Amino acid sequence: MNEVSDRLSTSWAAARLVAACLAVDPVGTGGVILKGLGGPARDRWLGDLRTLLPVGTPMRRIPLHIGDDRLLGGLDLAATLAARRPILEQGCLVQADRGFVVLASAERLAPDTASRLVAVLDQGEVVLEREGLACRTPTAFGVVALDEGIGDDECTPVAIQDRLGFQIDLARLGRAGGDELQFTCSEIEQARARLDAVACEDALLSAICEAAMALGIGSLRACTLAVQVARIAAALDGREVVSLADMKAAAQLTLAHRATRLPVSDEPMPEDNEQPEQHDDDGGEQPPPPDTNAPSPDDLSDMILEATKAAIPADLLAALVAAQGRRQGRQTSGKTGAARKSLKTGRPAGVRRGRPVRGARLNLVETLRAAAPWQPVRARDAGGAGNGLVRIRLEDFHVTTRKDRQVTTTIFVVDASGSSALHRLSEAKGAVELLLRDCYVRRDQVALIAFRGRSAELILPPTRSLVRARRSLAALPGGGGTPLAAAIDEAASLAEALRRKGQTPAIVLLTDGRANIARDGSAGRGPAETDALASARALRSTNARVILIDTSPTPQPQGQRIAAEMQARYLALPHADATAMSRAVLATSRVAAT
Amino acid sequence: MALTFPFSAIVGQDEMMRALLVSVVDPTVGGVLVMGDRGTGKSTAVRGLAAILPQMRTIAGCRYGCDPADLEHRCQECRDRGVKAAAKSQLVAVPVVDLPLGASEDRVVGALDLERALTKGEKAFEPGLLARAHRGFLYIDEVNLLEDHLVDLLLDVAASGENVVEREGLSVRHPARFVLIGSGNPEEGELRPQLLDRFGLSVEIKTPDDLATRVEIIRRRTAFERDRVTFVAHWKREDEKVKKRVMAARQRLAEIEVCDDVLERVAMLCMKLGTDGLRGELILIRAARAMAALDGDVHVTIDHLRRAAPSALRHRLRRNPLDESGSTVRVERGIAEVLGQEREMAPA
Repeated sequence: MNEVSDRLSTSWAAARLVAACLAVDPVGTGGVILKGLGGPARDRWLGDLRTLLPVGTPMRRIPLHIGDDRLLGGLDLAATLAARRPILEQGCLVQADRGFVVLASAERLAPDTASRLVAVLDQGEVVLEREGLACRTPTAFGVVALDEGIGDDECTPVAIQDRLGFQIDLARLGRAGGDELQFTCSEIEQARARLDAVACEDALLSAICEAAMALGIGSLRACTLAVQVARIAAALDGREVVSLADMKAAAQLTLAHRATRLPVSDEPMPEDNEQPEQHDDDGGEQPPPPDTNAPSPDDLSDMILEATKAAIPADLLAALVAAQGRRQGRQTSGKTGAARKSLKTGRPAGVRRGRPVRGARLNLVETLRAAAPWQPVRARDAGGAGNGLVRIRLEDFHVTTRKDRQVTTTIFVVDASGSSALHRLSEAKGAVELLLRDCYVRRDQVALIAFRGRSAELILPPTRSLVRARRSLAALPGGGGTPLAAAIDEAASLAEALRRKGQTPAIVLLTDGRANIARDGSAGRGPAETDALASARALRSTNARVILIDTSPTPQPQGQRIAAEMQARYLALPHADATAMSRAVLATSRVAAT
Repeated sequence: MALTFPFSAIVGQDEMMRALLVSVVDPTVGGVLVMGDRGTGKSTAVRGLAAILPQMRTIAGCRYGCDPADLEHRCQECRDRGVKAAAKSQLVAVPVVDLPLGASEDRVVGALDLERALTKGEKAFEPGLLARAHRGFLYIDEVNLLEDHLVDLLLDVAASGENVVEREGLSVRHPARFVLIGSGNPEEGELRPQLLDRFGLSVEIKTPDDLATRVEIIRRRTAFERDRVTFVAHWKREDEKVKKRVMAARQRLAEIEVCDDVLERVAMLCMKLGTDGLRGELILIRAARAMAALDGDVHVTIDHLRRAAPSALRHRLRRNPLDESGSTVRVERGIAEVLGQEREMAPA
């Protein structure tokens, strides 16, 4: 087999090949996500990369909450005042030109920083329109994202993931690696020179696209990156035409970690050898001979697919197998979009021009900075004499913007109808009270919707007040019909309103599922159940986390059906006490809060 | 500036390409919003737009690019110069201005010229991005991540067509009429309804899922990355063709007729879908006319309506809590009911 593929025999070898590819073309490969905690493995890999890079290649570290002035550039005030003309101080992204930016704790990167970075990556230049400066500076770099996220919810922003070719799982690297690098600096140098000439034939292009589709990789960037990596692999090997082995290696390095499903194979598992419809010329286990008569594009993509599948990390593979058949739900990009800018609360998230009114806090340094360049003009306007006064005008005022910590609001929807036996209601009250205490500690909010008779009513609007919540709970009457549809509608509209305010809603529905009042208020089990199911479907589209607690003495199919329609967690608690209930709810709202 | 990927080399994404061309033919349609998957060529298409725009005539020496033929919307400087101003004119490229993320307010609306203040101690107004975009296009990538105070400012200017700046005792007002183009990924946050309404057309874009298209995209992208100069030169002729088509369509636009039957159908469709206000109807008719002009037709036909309606109405539907299907599906359902099924359409 080809030499390039041999280099992928171990995790360390693959990681080293990644380093070599990055060194050859930092820009075209996008970069790499180093997943895992810092430690010897990470240091060693970064050391390897640095060794391969030509001397003087910049590697700029970008801290988490970097401001625009450092990231994109800004006015160098001291130099500006000294020179009496605007002097630009370049930002990190320009300084990283032809090298790398290193993102520290990439899993916690602020969405604003991520989107600025992405814009620069896409355009190949920093477009600066700040502080009276307007300029465009070309820059191109690769990204090394140090992702220390644990679990699925913490990860590098998806927009950045999409643009980086590689991902290395540091945990799998371990400490032991090969001793020496497989490439020398001069080999990298030669590959760089050769890269432009490397061509890739259409059959391979087509095969890699097909393989990506089979793995459920939607983004086309993944394919573009794979092709580029294949070209680099060829260049590293001293060739000017991409071979099948190059493409296989590229697929392993760039596609494997992106797989969202396993290829739908109509053939049984490999162990069951002897596929019935296999062609005679290449038999099962043999490594495909790349040089003999040209294989068809289908064969090519199958070979690439096989190679890629072998490289899919074991845990991801397990997750994919588990997910097979189930629909891919709610894959959102972590926390982005939910955080909300505000002027009064939260952690500082930037500065903007504006007056310190309505609770906004003046940012003195930025205000003085804004005023500084204008001092000579203003002094002259005022009739010369400066008297050492700093002249500050209203338009200099800058305020600090802050980012709200995300508030989770748990909406309790409590069935207070006659069918929910009265003692169940008291249990529900007990659970809500326990949760309230916990919400108070976490500064989360709760709201309470009760339904009985003909309608649902918002008994308690979102609040943190323990006293108010307790009082309205105690006063909650019971008895009457079960207008389940109306209750779900009410919860959905409240959830939507909360989401619009930048909060995360979580809904806890306590009911026995026996709807008997339709949406229009008329009695009748049939229409009431149809309406309830329709409302449940609508609730699903709000994407709120829902938990349905079936309070009937014996679990009912109606409850399960409704839970399925709204993709809620279903929990039957026929004998549960308040403590058990509150524990279950807590687990769900914790998930919602992440 | 780095070479951009040619507009005509973009594969597929018909609805987006059509919407962009419509907004070029008839700027009064009022901008395009493109929301969709990552890596589908949203920003590539918009940035490629500059190359297919026919040049425009401006008053020579005007900083704001005033139109010599338009007496009503002129900047103060041109007004002061009076009739003489229009005597000399020049052809310039239509601006496609990028509003970069992290742009500060002073650079968007314009501010005092820092350099002149520092070096000469003079107070002079330096036009901002809004002035630069006058009579052209203002492009906001990641429009859903735009800071609220900038959104307010843009809405204000887009509504009035004029930018007013008060700084350091200087008061400047200048025309700023531009076509707003926004793009973004819906997963990263929703757009405020007020801003949504500012866009005439709204397009949803998906990653193509047929292999041939995907392969062609990768092939072109790879060719472009390898040798940008050759690739752009190769596609220049195609871009020119698009430009000619746009110019012809613009000339034809005034003559396009809309018969009563079509108007009636538009009203029926909008009623059926329950779109808010008359803006939807107005924009649908304008977009259909521009489409007819692009096709070289004399009349607006039902077929033009059918193609224009999704983009013109999708973002104007009232939210229906009982219908969890996306707005695209609802619009398509309405179209099928009011305008009838497309004859040649294969059963899905």
